Amino acid sequence: MSHLKTLLATTMLVACFGAAAQAKTLVYCSEGSPEGFDPALYTSGTTFDASAHPIYNRLLEFKKGTTETEPGLAESYEVSEDGLEYTFKLREGVKFHSSDSFTPTRDLNADDVIFSFDRQGNSENSYNAYVSGASWEYYNSMSMPDLVASIEKVDDLTVKFTLTAPNAPFLANLAMPFASIMSKEYADQLEAAGTPEQLNQAPIGTGPFQFVAYQADAAIRYSSFDDYWAGVEPIDDLVFAITTDASVRQQRLAAGECHIMAYPNPADLESLQQNADLTVMEQEGLNVGYFAYNTTQEPFDRPEVRRALNMAINKQAIIDAVYQGAGTVAKAPIPPTMWSYNDNLVDDEYDPEAARAALEEAGVTDLSMKIWAMPVSRPYNPNARRMAELMQADFDAIGVDVEIVSYEWGEYLERSSAEDRDGAVLLGWTGDNGDPDNFLAVLLGCDAVGGANRAQWCNEEFDALVQEAKTLPTQEERAELYTQAQEIFKQEAPWATIAHSVVYVPMRSEVTGFVQSPLGDMTFDGVDIAE
Amino acid sequence: MLRFFLSRLALIIPTFIGVSIISFAFIRLLPGDPIMLLAGERGMSAERYAQLSAEMGFDRPLVAQYFDYLMGILQGDLGTSIVTRRPVLDEFFTLFPATIELALCAIVLATALGIPLGVLAAVKRGTWIDQTVMGTALVGYSMPIFWWGLLLIILFSGTLGWTPVSGRISLLYFFPPVTGFMLIDSLLSGQDGAFLSALSHLILPTIVLATIPLAVIARQTRSAMLEVLGEDYVRTARSKGLSPRRVIGLHALRNAMIPVVTTIGLQVGVLLAGAILTETIFSWPGIGKWMVDSVFRRDYAVVQGGLLLIAIIIMFVNLLVDMLYGLINPRIRH
Repeated sequence: MSHLKTLLATTMLVACFGAAAQAKTLVYCSEGSPEGFDPALYTSGTTFDASAHPIYNRLLEFKKGTTETEPGLAESYEVSEDGLEYTFKLREGVKFHSSDSFTPTRDLNADDVIFSFDRQGNSENSYNAYVSGASWEYYNSMSMPDLVASIEKVDDLTVKFTLTAPNAPFLANLAMPFASIMSKEYADQLEAAGTPEQLNQAPIGTGPFQFVAYQADAAIRYSSFDDYWAGVEPIDDLVFAITTDASVRQQRLAAGECHIMAYPNPADLESLQQNADLTVMEQEGLNVGYFAYNTTQEPFDRPEVRRALNMAINKQAIIDAVYQGAGTVAKAPIPPTMWSYNDNLVDDEYDPEAARAALEEAGVTDLSMKIWAMPVSRPYNPNARRMAELMQADFDAIGVDVEIVSYEWGEYLERSSAEDRDGAVLLGWTGDNGDPDNFLAVLLGCDAVGGANRAQWCNEEFDALVQEAKTLPTQEERAELYTQAQEIFKQEAPWATIAHSVVYVPMRSEVTGFVQSPLGDMTFDGVDIAE
Repeated sequence: MLRFFLSRLALIIPTFIGVSIISFAFIRLLPGDPIMLLAGERGMSAERYAQLSAEMGFDRPLVAQYFDYLMGILQGDLGTSIVTRRPVLDEFFTLFPATIELALCAIVLATALGIPLGVLAAVKRGTWIDQTVMGTALVGYSMPIFWWGLLLIILFSGTLGWTPVSGRISLLYFFPPVTGFMLIDSLLSGQDGAFLSALSHLILPTIVLATIPLAVIARQTRSAMLEVLGEDYVRTARSKGLSPRRVIGLHALRNAMIPVVTTIGLQVGVLLAGAILTETIFSWPGIGKWMVDSVFRRDYAVVQGGLLLIAIIIMFVNLLVDMLYGLINPRIRH
């Protein structure tokens, strides 16, 4: 009898291990550690990839591979005539994850939605300061406190947002990571237990993957959520293997230690593309690298001077040397993957002779200027110092003397915002929500002068178009105005638009179903591993 | 011995205060503002800046901030990370075992190889053995760690496929940490092959981190041995007819060990500094990588707290070395 027991136990063990061995695990070599798992507290893409995308959902989601929104936890919504009231109908029967310490007793309802936003904007909410220094950066920087007058529960599955003014980009905001919907029931339970900080460390959401464990700076583990409202995932487990060095990520991918890797070194792309076991996906990033003049200072306050200088910049040489080919020449302030991109714009042609003549015609001689070079590498500008040197040589060719200056990054950001700044700055932008307003108003609007508007450029005609576009209900109507605004931008040339960088995602050839997001998000729902 | 110990201990208090001031001042002397870094390209309105600054206590006079910090330390509170919003002490103790495990393996390897190699070079002074050992030590000492690590990865992990590329254990294994030391935890987990996986992940980082201390220990052992081998008592021992092994092992090496032990103790600082690069390249989740990231993000609380904790460890190890010193050479106690 005891032999039989042993045999049975062994068989069961083998069966268990056998099943475990067949579990499909997708490993993603990520570039860094998440700061936490409550996406509303943070601003980095690394954190969003680890929290907002696998674990949570939002009322609206970005349609895969696009910057357009589609229904998420809200199955539909209505906008009132005056554009002030947005009423969302929630999906029925949406389940929350469970964990060792939490078992949900109810499905998603309006209370969860209200809690998720109220905690960010209402200082009376007990979760407003549940971790020390919680600043709800995105909620504030997307102007939600000024925009949202109230959020009300109409019934269990209906929520109404009332705005202070019509604002079309509001919908895109709701698809952003900070608008992830949390479980109020879980938050209440944690509060009662005196451990509210667990909301940020042991997350519970409605998303495609459940959080299993975070091994600090080493790995994050998730398992597929069996009750996911949009269907069960093809893989069983998802692992983020945190690997900060790009060369090491590449080695791990080649050795089969991971299936997908983040941010390859541009210099390694060729060898990655030649490896038969790998596929390299590419897409223009939702970004722009620009060179902003200070349009309040002589002689850069004149569009003809700015346009003349723009003609002296050899952008293709910059793409080759600085982006190592992984970029495209930018002619508009918004990237080509974004709706309302004006493809009819004609870029200033690289022509040093014409540039020199135009400067003379404008009466500018013996011009000397400063070029500000960022001290850090960013996707929109991988090496600003090198770029500044190339531009220095370009300007020298037309008789403009250039001095390159740089500061520590925090210092650079602060000083470059100053209205009396001396010189033109190299900087860039990566879109937050795929809405053109997020580029045109944030970077070039009159309100942003002295802040993110580094050109200090306030053009009334441009600003009026961008402000009006915000209030229009349909995308077509808005696109029309944004297209016109881009023409004014090109005519006035507050910036030289340099490049849109290309984002590459290398992966093992057996990976299927991965869709690159123009927003740069890494999302793994729908991804499978072919046998 | 007790008086010696107490006098050493008394020295630690002013050192500790000095370190707390330096660690506090160091990160603040660097240009750059953590709040502006949080805001990024978007920038921040003056009101919002003032609000965040007040919330984080940066608007108060530096002296007041320092005393808050000092009072916090005395109560065992090193503050909260600006970035992750988690207590610095929690983060430190989560990551510290990984660094200790790697550093211990490296110092054991460096000592186990460095001392015999140094002795060998001293005994065979002037021969090709001596020149090979010392030549290799010089190369090891001058090697940039980052480049060396990448080279080993490309050869042993990439081309030959003998060792894993990076990390502490294969991702197939997963168990909750008990001690934080992967070698021990993998044994405790009882999962088949976990220990071997952890061990294989340690090989390359250990070699890389041990390279510089190994070179230093070998060179130090050689020169100390050479000095001792010329002493009268060694000649006496030889003339007594003792076997060369006894002369070297018992008489010469024991006396040559005093400067070597000091050197090994001093390597703790080198190991923690080397861990910064080694951890980065091997994705080793320890405090070295954590400190580097925090300096870049101007995470004041983490940098000052981390520096202080590392300094305390180094002070503690130095105290230990002083004690050992007293044991090996009784004259020092007086």
